[in-house]
Amino acid sequence: MSKDKKGVKLEHISKIYKDPKTGKDFYAVKDTTLEIKPGSFVTLLGPSGCGKTTTLRMIAGFESPDEGEIYLCDEAINELTPNKRDTAMVFQSYALLPHYNVFDNVAYGLKLRKVPKDEIKEKVMKILDLVELSGMEGRMTNQLSGGQQQRVALARALVLEPSVLLFDEPLSNLDAKLRVSMRTEIRRIQQEVGITAIYVTHDQSEAMALSDEIIIMEKGIVAQKGTPEEIYYHPINEFVADFIGEANFLTGKVVSVDDKYAELEIENEKVKVMKKDGMNVGEDAKIVLRPEGGFLSDNRGIECEVVLSCFMGAYQNYHVKVGDTIVKLADYNPNIENVYKVGDKCKLAFEPESVHVL
Amino acid sequence: MKKGQGAKLDRKKFFADPIMITTIVLLITFLTLFILYPLAILLADSFISGGKISFDVFTRIFAMPNFTKAISNTLKVGFLVGITSTIIGLLFAYVEVYVKTNKFTGGLFKLISMLPVVSPPFVLSLSMIMLFGKAGLITRYLLGIHDNSVYGFWGIAIVQTLTFFPVCYMMLKGLLKNIDPSLEEAARDMGASRFKVFTSVTLPLLLPGLGNAFLVTFIESIADFANPMIIGGSYDTLATTIYLQITGAYDKAGAAAMAVVLLCITLLMFAVQKYYLEAKTAATLTGKASRERMLIGEKSVTIPLTVSCSLIALFVILMYLCVPIGALFPTWGYKFTPFTLKWFKLVFTRYKGFKTFTDSFVLSLIAAPITAILSMIISYLVVKKKFKAKGFIEAVSMLAMAVPGTVLGVGYIRGFSGGLFHTGLLQGLYGTGAILVIVFIVRSLPTGTRSGISALRQIDKSIEESAYDMGANSFKVFTTVTLPLIKDSFLSGLVTAFVRSITAISAIILLVTPQFLLITVQINELAEKGAFGLACAFASILIFITYGSVLLMEGVIKKFGTSKKTKERE
Repeated sequence: MSKDKKGVKLEHISKIYKDPKTGKDFYAVKDTTLEIKPGSFVTLLGPSGCGKTTTLRMIAGFESPDEGEIYLCDEAINELTPNKRDTAMVFQSYALLPHYNVFDNVAYGLKLRKVPKDEIKEKVMKILDLVELSGMEGRMTNQLSGGQQQRVALARALVLEPSVLLFDEPLSNLDAKLRVSMRTEIRRIQQEVGITAIYVTHDQSEAMALSDEIIIMEKGIVAQKGTPEEIYYHPINEFVADFIGEANFLTGKVVSVDDKYAELEIENEKVKVMKKDGMNVGEDAKIVLRPEGGFLSDNRGIECEVVLSCFMGAYQNYHVKVGDTIVKLADYNPNIENVYKVGDKCKLAFEPESVHVL
Repeated sequence: MKKGQGAKLDRKKFFADPIMITTIVLLITFLTLFILYPLAILLADSFISGGKISFDVFTRIFAMPNFTKAISNTLKVGFLVGITSTIIGLLFAYVEVYVKTNKFTGGLFKLISMLPVVSPPFVLSLSMIMLFGKAGLITRYLLGIHDNSVYGFWGIAIVQTLTFFPVCYMMLKGLLKNIDPSLEEAARDMGASRFKVFTSVTLPLLLPGLGNAFLVTFIESIADFANPMIIGGSYDTLATTIYLQITGAYDKAGAAAMAVVLLCITLLMFAVQKYYLEAKTAATLTGKASRERMLIGEKSVTIPLTVSCSLIALFVILMYLCVPIGALFPTWGYKFTPFTLKWFKLVFTRYKGFKTFTDSFVLSLIAAPITAILSMIISYLVVKKKFKAKGFIEAVSMLAMAVPGTVLGVGYIRGFSGGLFHTGLLQGLYGTGAILVIVFIVRSLPTGTRSGISALRQIDKSIEESAYDMGANSFKVFTTVTLPLIKDSFLSGLVTAFVRSITAISAIILLVTPQFLLITVQINELAEKGAFGLACAFASILIFITYGSVLLMEGVIKKFGTSKKTKERE
């Protein structure tokens, strides 16, 4: 595509809605500032009602921000209507025009722009080829499978060569298998075209697989922004840790701190963790332990009791009781001869690098 | 929290669309001028006498015994008709949804559901007089009764019931279909008999819907002009009293005040129906039926129910058939054979039939597309757009539903005969074909808007958003996406508007000037004179036109309709 890549900037954006039940105003999105780099794939991730779709719809122009300004490249676009914005959206329900066939659906935006007929044909065919729908241009949309409809929706947005592509949970209506293959497709096409993409989803694995950067939202506020790795390994708070992957939380008292490591006392047992800036001896600290980050042993670690032991094929799933907390573990190298059983007393251990201090 | 900026931006985006703004401004002007203003002027006229605000006019009309009598007459008839129509409607709806029926009864049901759409308003009154009147085919010649009088309370009540029950039937049918069969199956499973299920499950669920049907019929009945006019005899209702007050007593202020009284009654009923019962109906019957209902096949239930429905249906059909057949008798009540076409000939030779049909046809043909487009635009704005004046547009176009034709007619006389606010402005409008077309439009607008709204609600909002997102402005979205998707509903709205216009009488009869001859007005005059042969000839041709246009519409929808097209390519 010939166009320059453009970034998106949100400056102190807020959107206020009225709660239909209580009649009170609340912030659907609150004081959000974001910068999305040109050509990057960014995902807005969060539970329903976190403001991710509202943010996307404000960028598209369907909703108007109550505070703040949205920039496309360096141009303020608050006052532009959706049809005048250089963005194209792929809708959750695909929103294909049911009275048009595939070709006319993709050509719709070009026709509105009064592109000459030959050029429309050329562009449409090229884009249908890109999304692997060549030969389907004469079909009505209701003759297509869900995945094919999804591709038409994508082609229809891409053909306009927008500066920014917006996705509103585009895969949520597909079955699990198709979802996985479509997200690879979307990533491939985005990389091939090199377009800036903003993607809304509540599915964390989708976000991980697709994004250069993930923005986690909670109650209208950006909770954390970073690469998938940063977010998984260094979650900023309990909410993020819990939302991305599975997380166990353990609390202990800091007993010693040196240059690199710190020691925590958890359930009367001293364990080594990575030091965190601002850690002081005597304070409480909370650590995040991923299920695959811990293991059970007979001789070292925190005392615990197995309450669930379940064979999952690739791994052995354990729930162990540490004090009053249940810790979930996934042991990918179980010793088949010696799997812990429910009721076994053993010890929970982990390497300092596998836990993250909040 | 300040919502200022968002609202300001929304407004700015909205105003970036000049076609939209123009449309809305024109629409508001139209609704204000032709619905609100005539009603406002009625209020002004009846409360202002001699330049001061007073209740003089009301004191005067309430002192007239025939007016107070008319109020109680109207309410009595409305009440009875509301109840009987709802019961018969329920019977039909229940049989269609719950009982196994054969092809013959199925056909009868379909015919019954179509009749209120195609039938001119007073056809049943005509045939009632011809079958059961003093010289009635059934009363005098079959039963030998010579002094039977159909004129009056019972005449109106029977004719209105037969006219309005199909409306109740259609309403209740929709509701019954929404009842989840498993509710009733659960009751059966716990040991309830069919009758017990009906009284303890079906009926309570349906109760708000029944109330709704009752009120809708009640409003229709008290607003009805044509039937009381023809079959009422000396039994005057509000609609006819108002008409006589203007045309007979030339008391325009009095008629205006009476119209205000009638309007208040219908508005009150309408408010109850719209805001209380409709919400309640929706609350109890929202669930879609999860699967097909097991139809009742036991003969002890099916036979009495289908037989009674069929008898009623056949009776209604007989009454409709009576009109074209009546047009063939040489002299009604004296000489029945041989059949003759002389009345049809007279229609075209002596009674300016050709001009009458052309006038009616042309005026309705102008009004129909305007109504259809206008109601689609209103529904589009109401369903799909967010703007300040939306509430106003929706409310006023629905208000028109509660305004009886006679009230509107009086309002137009008061509002336009002397120009706007009696200043002479726009005076040229009065007495022209344009004002008749406008009345046609206003009278059909609510029905069109209502069906447009329900058609549009079924279109996923994001389909239009996607077109908007791809660069289409509101006008383009409307013409390239919305309109094609509701083509069927648009077409049927077009025909409904046409049929309603060509069969309209209540408001028109007050406004028509001698230069225009309208079929319905002619029929009304002829029926009053007792020229039943001619009236029947006119009415038969009218039925032929309306039925023909409905058939044409069904054909067109079958051939070019959207649903068909997408199905075919599958």
